[in-house]
Amino acid sequence: MEALEHLKSGVEIGGYRVLEKLREGGMAVLYRVASPSGAETCLLKIPKLGFGSHPACYAGFDVEQMILGRITGPHVPRLFAKGESEFGPYLVIEHIVGTPLADYAGRAPLPVDEIARLGAALASAIHALHRQEVVHHDLKPSHVILRPDGRAALIDFGLAFHGHLPDLVEEESDRPAGTPAYLSPEQLAGVRGDPRSDVFALGVILYLLATGRLPFGEPASLSGQCRRLYIDSAPPRRIRSDLPPWLQEIILHCLEVRAEARYATAAQVAHDLTHPDQVMVTERGNRLSRPGLMTAGRRWLAALVEPPAVRKSPAAHLALAPHVLVAVDPTYGSEALLQTLRDAVARIIAGEAHWRVSCVSVLEPSALTEQEEGAEIMRSLHTQRLVELHHWAQALGLPQERLRFHVLEGGDAAAQLIEYARASHVDHIIMGARGSSGLRRFLGSVSSRLVAEAPCTVTVVRAVPVRDWPP
Amino acid sequence: MKIAVLSDIHGNLEALRACLAHAAREGADLHVFLGDLVGYGADPVACLGLLADHAGRGALLVRGNHDEAALGGLCENMNDDAREAAYWTRSRLSTAERDFLAALPLTVRRDRLFFVHAGADAPEKWNYITSKVQAGRCMDASPTAVTFAGHVHHQSLYFSAGSVRVFQPVPGVPIPLSPRQRWLAIAGSVGQPRDGNNAAAYALYDEEERMLTYFRVPYDHMTAARKIIVAGLPARLAWRLQRGK
Repeated sequence: MEALEHLKSGVEIGGYRVLEKLREGGMAVLYRVASPSGAETCLLKIPKLGFGSHPACYAGFDVEQMILGRITGPHVPRLFAKGESEFGPYLVIEHIVGTPLADYAGRAPLPVDEIARLGAALASAIHALHRQEVVHHDLKPSHVILRPDGRAALIDFGLAFHGHLPDLVEEESDRPAGTPAYLSPEQLAGVRGDPRSDVFALGVILYLLATGRLPFGEPASLSGQCRRLYIDSAPPRRIRSDLPPWLQEIILHCLEVRAEARYATAAQVAHDLTHPDQVMVTERGNRLSRPGLMTAGRRWLAALVEPPAVRKSPAAHLALAPHVLVAVDPTYGSEALLQTLRDAVARIIAGEAHWRVSCVSVLEPSALTEQEEGAEIMRSLHTQRLVELHHWAQALGLPQERLRFHVLEGGDAAAQLIEYARASHVDHIIMGARGSSGLRRFLGSVSSRLVAEAPCTVTVVRAVPVRDWPP
Repeated sequence: MKIAVLSDIHGNLEALRACLAHAAREGADLHVFLGDLVGYGADPVACLGLLADHAGRGALLVRGNHDEAALGGLCENMNDDAREAAYWTRSRLSTAERDFLAALPLTVRRDRLFFVHAGADAPEKWNYITSKVQAGRCMDASPTAVTFAGHVHHQSLYFSAGSVRVFQPVPGVPIPLSPRQRWLAIAGSVGQPRDGNNAAAYALYDEEERMLTYFRVPYDHMTAARKIIVAGLPARLAWRLQRGK
């Protein structure tokens, strides 16, 4: 029998023909293989084990096989085949072509807009994973590949966690599973399955891209790693003074010690990275020195009395943090309809701890804006609409830092809203029903298109005039 | 081969029928009944009739402590309700049913699967598997990598590749069982669930795919409870079917 480290090209496993050895990691050997039809090249992964290896060494391989079998989408490699060969168990997965994030990290510090673009793509990929009940638990630049279309794909699920499947990852007694530089405080405490651990690792990656340094270094000892439970990283702006405060705000928000204090979802990080003007910069974004020993002491004391976290599945975590989009047209409809919209928002976020509400309005071009000074007129209409949105939202009485405001411009309001909802991982759209004039019936309404095409739940509210009640 | 594993039926005909119908829809090819076929419920004879039919068609069965109690003995280890139900069940069984129960083995092995009512380490002692330590002993004693047991009336999945761990299965979600771990599946109870959910419980194992799925099946528990009252069995046994506790 051939050793699996040296499969010759031409050898067939499960119908896939070996082309060449790609690389040999600590845990597995990767080969490039041709699919049975010969049309595609894929990756063949074989766990690297010698005679008499402990069965637990297979755990990472089994976890990857189990989880890849359950997740789909452009953000993860597809699983083509799995099985047992004479060389042991094997997996055939998609060969994701693109640039490893590690290449970008090697060039860090990067320009701010590039960090925002890469970070948003990565955050979107992480959110897509969390929505499928999976926490990656080993995010780092070498486990992220940027596809040519700009989307990020995550690889290597050997330490991942699925909320509905047994957790096979064996942790050594004194050491949590993962890469020390990227481990979240709760992972260091032995907690697995919290999606906000991935948000922490995302913060470490953003920090690295922004400064060229790791926020907590690469401590080898567990005690060195546990410093991050009490002591913050140096603020990125101290290392790189031209870094905008909004980006530091986002990075340090991801790196909060307590998971509760971090972004509730990676989707919120993606949203903020794509709309930096909407990020409310606090002391966190402006600070140039890390919190002192008093803070460290307080954290140490707080950790002593903190009740153990309640275990929730990854998707249950996300359910607490819905992103609600409310489509408002302040120029149309009665005050009654605008109030009905507010009531609907209040009802939908009631009881959810970490909601975010985006108030969105679509500005459609008119004959006026197509004139010579059109751009100028459009700008002023844009500002006017933004002011009206804020005015509408004031009566909601909700905390400012949880609200976002966007005026979209374009002819096709429904398409604009659907695209915004898709890109911003919106969970729920609320909008008002307009009247039922003959023209509207003929043209079709925005709300009916949203109901049919939006990638999420849509609630259409209607203010019923008193004279029509009971209907 | 898809194998439906049904444990702790306890003479509950409504629950048994609902689970068999569910398993049929899921494409079960083989049934394994993990003991405690009778006791507590008001339909021991009807249930045994149904099970004997299945046995005739190749189903596998093992014996549980309540099946043993229905054959004789003082039942000192049982609580009052269980003992009263055992005595009541005895009075209903004919020779044919008693012979059927008496012929049941304590364990059954089928290829690479092992079936037992309680702990595989000492099946005749009827130990409850409620901890990782007990699960570890059971897995160590089992001759196969995948073992099915009942006896405790809730569903769980123990696994080990060194240290024993436990997983709380989510109903309806198929779980791949890696060949590089040992597995102990506790199937839950068809006829008397006790985890606060009154739906009947069973498990389905797809041998080729190595996929295990736990199911919860709502059934007409009101009728099953009413029959218990009418039969003069302890009323508490009826209430607990409604509450699933």
